[in-house]
Amino acid sequence: MRELGPNEILFILAAVRWTLLLSVVAFIGGAIGGALVALARTSEFKWLRLLANGYIKLFQGTPLLMQLFLAFFVPGLFGWSVDPWMAAAIGLSLHASAFLGEIWRGAIEVVPRGQWEAATSLGLRYGPKMALVIVPQAVRIAIPPTIGFLVQLIKGTSLASIIGFVELTRAAQVINNATFRPFTIFALVAVVYYVICRPLSAYSKRMEQKLLVAAR
Amino acid sequence: MSYEFDFADVFAAWPELLQGLLNTLVLSALAMAIGMVVSVAGALGKTSGPKWLRWFIDEYIELIRNTPFLIQIFMIYFGLPSLGIKLSSNEAALIALVVNVGAYGIEIIRAGIESIQKGQVEAGKSLGMRPLQIFRYIVLKPAIQAVYPSLTSQFILLMLNSSVCSAIAASELTAVAGDIQSRTFRSFEVYFVVTCIYLGLSLFFWSAFAGIERTLLRKPTR
Repeated sequence: MRELGPNEILFILAAVRWTLLLSVVAFIGGAIGGALVALARTSEFKWLRLLANGYIKLFQGTPLLMQLFLAFFVPGLFGWSVDPWMAAAIGLSLHASAFLGEIWRGAIEVVPRGQWEAATSLGLRYGPKMALVIVPQAVRIAIPPTIGFLVQLIKGTSLASIIGFVELTRAAQVINNATFRPFTIFALVAVVYYVICRPLSAYSKRMEQKLLVAAR
Repeated sequence: MSYEFDFADVFAAWPELLQGLLNTLVLSALAMAIGMVVSVAGALGKTSGPKWLRWFIDEYIELIRNTPFLIQIFMIYFGLPSLGIKLSSNEAALIALVVNVGAYGIEIIRAGIESIQKGQVEAGKSLGMRPLQIFRYIVLKPAIQAVYPSLTSQFILLMLNSSVCSAIAASELTAVAGDIQSRTFRSFEVYFVVTCIYLGLSLFFWSAFAGIERTLLRKPTR
């Protein structure tokens, strides 16, 4: 059996970069998808709203773990092979699209009706209306829950370890299998996640309180 | 697309899937019930406990909310035995879910308790109600009614989260899926069917909880 030495600890800590990279990729993918979902969800066409709602329900009604398994196995049906990294990035992006889409829909709908009407009566078409009037107001409301979801997403990347992607959690398991020091190793990993997530949670909470005060 | 779908092996395993589904439901319901006790106790401690207790509860909430559930399960199932606490995978799964849902439940219940106006409690006192009666009828019941939607969505999140318990081979639905997959090699088919089962459960609970809210918890009109 191997000892738990500095090399082993470094191996675990170095895997943080994969957790962070996966989080960033999934967040960017989710932001693009989420914007589309939010626009579809608030569109004037009923079929688009229903489609977006179905997409959101599908991802909010099934476990993230299942979504990752399917992201891993579905491409195989078409003869494409994906490695765990691709599967995790795609699965988490689709997952984030649904959740960010729902958060941003809420933010868009909070913008008062009069703002829409004013923009329309100024002769603005859909594109400029959203870009110049609605979205800038919605963004302010959307920031706290978006950061809150980012924390969920970072924690969610730990499930990529189950489909075999070597990020922080998987690296910890690998080292644990060799050294069998589970308490120390998983406590260390918990601390790493905590150090990443805690400031984001705190920021989200502070921004939310600021908005509440401003709304009063 | 040249893939040949074959669901026969998966459907043949329906007794296992049914057992897994039941286990998921029992595990989730138990975790939610115990988690609610933890949440009410924690919310009480946070609103009216001594300072050190409030600090402790806050740290517990932040620790759980800012670390992945998978790591929490590993800590309980693999980490605790080195402190001499040995648990079966199902016990570890239940404890992990309770510890996890408590961190969210405390804040939900506390928000409910804080939505009760002081005048209500004072009215209860002046009617000669005892503190426990006041807490039960004037604080807790309306508080839970006020946050009922958050609690029910927390339950659905918990149920979906319980799939992670398959990582320590607790005997719930996702673990059953893993068993069937390793026996039949029908990966897509197994996970597709199991995903549909989870979706069915979510849809069922969404509409059931909304129905309960409409009929039983309707606020009296003033």
